[in-house]
Amino acid sequence: MRPSWPDRPLHQKQKANRQDCCQSCITLVAQFSIERLNSMKSIVSKLLAAATASIVAAGVFLGTAFAAEEEGGTAHYPIKKPREQSWSFGGPFGKWDKGQLQRGLKVYTEVCAACHSMNLLSYRNLADLGYNDDQIKAYAAEYEVTDGPNDDGEMFERPARATDRFKGPYANDKEAASANGGALPPDFSLLAKARAPERGFPTFIFDIFTMYAENGPDYIYSLLTGYPEEPPEGVEVLEGLYYNPYFVAGNALAMAPPLSEELVEYTDGSPQTVEQYAKDVSAFMMWAAEPGLAARKQSGFIVLLFLLIFAGLLYFTKKKVWADVKH
Amino acid sequence: MSGHSTYNPTSGIGKWMDARLPLARLVHDSFVSYPVPRNLNGFYTFGGILMIMLVSQIITGVVIAMHYTSDAATAFESVQLLRRDVAYGGTLQAWHAVGASMFFVAVYIHIFRGLYYGSYKEPREVLWILGVVIYLLMMATAFMGYVLPWGQMSYWGAQVITGFFSAIPLVGETVREYLLGGYSVGSATLNRFFSLHYLLPFMIAGVVILHVWALHVTGQTNPTGVEVKSKQDVIPFTPYATLKDALALVLFMALMCYFVFFLPDYLGHADNYIPADPLKTPAHIVPEWYFLPFYAILRAIDFNIGIPFTDIVLIDSKLGGVLAMFGAIVVLFFVPWLDTSDVRSANYRPLYKVFFWLFAINAVFLGYLGSRPAEGIWIPLMKATTFWYFAHFLIVMPLLGFFEKPKPRPASITDAVLGKAELSGASQLAGSTAAPETKS
Amino acid sequence: MSESDHGETNRRDFLYIATGAAGVVAVGGSVWPLVSQMQPNEREKAAGAPVEIDLSAIEAGQLITVVWRGAPYFIRKLTESEIKAAEDAGQAEFRDFQPADERIAAPEGGSKEWTIVAANCTHLGCIPTKIDTGFEGWICPCHGSKFDVTGRVTKGPAPINLPLPPFAFADADRLIIGADKA
Repeated sequence: MRPSWPDRPLHQKQKANRQDCCQSCITLVAQFSIERLNSMKSIVSKLLAAATASIVAAGVFLGTAFAAEEEGGTAHYPIKKPREQSWSFGGPFGKWDKGQLQRGLKVYTEVCAACHSMNLLSYRNLADLGYNDDQIKAYAAEYEVTDGPNDDGEMFERPARATDRFKGPYANDKEAASANGGALPPDFSLLAKARAPERGFPTFIFDIFTMYAENGPDYIYSLLTGYPEEPPEGVEVLEGLYYNPYFVAGNALAMAPPLSEELVEYTDGSPQTVEQYAKDVSAFMMWAAEPGLAARKQSGFIVLLFLLIFAGLLYFTKKKVWADVKH
Repeated sequence: MSGHSTYNPTSGIGKWMDARLPLARLVHDSFVSYPVPRNLNGFYTFGGILMIMLVSQIITGVVIAMHYTSDAATAFESVQLLRRDVAYGGTLQAWHAVGASMFFVAVYIHIFRGLYYGSYKEPREVLWILGVVIYLLMMATAFMGYVLPWGQMSYWGAQVITGFFSAIPLVGETVREYLLGGYSVGSATLNRFFSLHYLLPFMIAGVVILHVWALHVTGQTNPTGVEVKSKQDVIPFTPYATLKDALALVLFMALMCYFVFFLPDYLGHADNYIPADPLKTPAHIVPEWYFLPFYAILRAIDFNIGIPFTDIVLIDSKLGGVLAMFGAIVVLFFVPWLDTSDVRSANYRPLYKVFFWLFAINAVFLGYLGSRPAEGIWIPLMKATTFWYFAHFLIVMPLLGFFEKPKPRPASITDAVLGKAELSGASQLAGSTAAPETKS
Repeated sequence: MSESDHGETNRRDFLYIATGAAGVVAVGGSVWPLVSQMQPNEREKAAGAPVEIDLSAIEAGQLITVVWRGAPYFIRKLTESEIKAAEDAGQAEFRDFQPADERIAAPEGGSKEWTIVAANCTHLGCIPTKIDTGFEGWICPCHGSKFDVTGRVTKGPAPINLPLPPFAFADADRLIIGADKA
């Protein structure tokens, strides 16, 4: 059966006497409103009380929880939260700083690439950084890649082309791990997105409104510049590891401090400091993790603007159409 | 869906078709002339939003499946190539992933709206049960979808969730092996999850049709909980509800786009950007946020249930956790009968209203606990909130019907609407004597 | 109808039309990415870059097949008699006549002796087989289309000649397929 009105018995009062009905309706409405007003007050106050109580209770719970956690002694890493930096690609209008990305590529090529692969990117992707085809061809040609088999069934080496993936320093993960004392240097392609130390409550809620999505580069930057800190008393660092309070999975990591002053030569006059290197390579890694980031934000701005205008139009249309219906 | 159709084809071809396949009539009766209560508020727009979300997920899913490979060796990379190299690939992938989250945002609002306004009560029990079935199917779909990118969280999520089945006494391990298609999570698992992830949304669509059918049989509830009694109580679906739903949909899409374009990774987990590694478990395995309350319930049961003062274990902690978790969903099926009050809307149930909000806060807190490690103070908190979750349905709901004194309800929707007008001081009783000015 | 009624109606119509138009834009904007993603992706496009072929080892009368953008191309070094046969053939023999001169290429300063054509039959895409004797160059195994040594169709259902890809000679021994200039 459909719910359309004729299928249902009419309201008893309406059936009996329409005049009566209206009269009683008016009375009922009047009564109802006053009662409703009163009851709403009490409900609201009750609700408020309940809400306050539960929030206080939750607060106490959480407070004790955090206290207990500290006493419990289970260590939580990182010891220090990443230091938040200002990035050209942050916020709603974020854009890549191509100069910075080019410097970052230089740091990657001359320092990091000795151990870290970046196998989801191809040399052709460097066009994003402002390089032309010839520059990319020349960059790629520095590397030899294995191709084949040729007509004789043999694999052969040839200079890399723009379409080839970035050549990694090792043939495979096992070789990489064994060359680094058992610690596999992670691939760089997505590292800036794969590292996100917990933000904690309530920061993670504010992050929605501040559009904070730079946890990864902040972390990498902090880690790279965090080596000089000395371990506090009582913190033991295992043999062969390097203390770093920003490391996400322990108090020390297997990577020795990779950067030092004047290590990489910059041609654009930027300071040749560890700070600057760390910042440039972090930005570069963010680009590597999502080359389309800037374009995404740009189109997002247009889409949101359109949707808000559309919503405004719909709002007024709806208002117009509903104007003669009380609801 | 018989009844009083107002569809009246005018053109020759319209009449010809109507006599053979009255599709236009069905659409007209369901989405044009279909009468809806005039006092529905914004929370009633989420049914429509959910329908669009389902369609949106199916379309973007079909499209990104064109670029996906379901082999363990290449799955992770294929998702990255989709995002990096395919035209609009990044947007489509983010839309599908964020869309899953927003789908759950909408479904939770929809469910809580139902709980608040008593939408499950007679004669809408079947409507409610179909809704719970949809919710279950959504969970299965979302879980299998999350496995497909084959990152660390995908892999270990699959490991943990298929582990539930090994809790089944006697046959558990065999069942798990059949699910996995191997002795561990691997290519075979990934392939079948892909296949099922593609299938299930169409099953959801099928149940959605039944859900909407059931809705159109009983009609919608409304914030007063009073059934539709006269023509004055309702307005035609088009243009009134259509426009309202469209406005809500566009606002919802704006919210979704905010995440898709500015915070696409906010709702996901960083570890899923690391390719699956069967030899290395992430430090904290957490499911997607929409499963967190159930994850907390799962981990709240860390004790064996046995006969007191003996060593006999009836239900070990593993099975207990799994049972509690599934029980948390199964209990929803019985809500129409657990609620003993004959008043529908919480607006007229002063006590239930308070308990409703307590339950909501408790559910959110359960979710937060689900994201915490199972250690220290979190464990007793998980137990307390889990207890309250079940107590709400099994103790509070049945008892309230007997102890609660409901407030007087309006005689009809129209009365309530006009009462509202009076309350706000506008047009004193102007409309109460005359027929309300509905269109059509 | 009074003036103000008119204004009201116009405003309302404008509102409805603007809302409807925005709705159309929204639907269009949603459909566009769904269609656009079907085009070859960046990797395919990059892999479609020109390929370079070493011609030094090819003897007269020899045919090699190379691959560009996943599709095969014939490179055939013609013998003197083949060139002569192609040049002498009458216009009536061909369905889609082109002078042999236009179909035979030469590197700068080199002799005109190269046939460079797409290897998929213009009928339905099968790859024709080389015929080693006589005037005919290829026959398609699928539906029997025949082509001369320069890829011009002579018999069968193929409607047009085997098309020439964009190509250029970098020097006497190096051919680039996929680009008009080296």
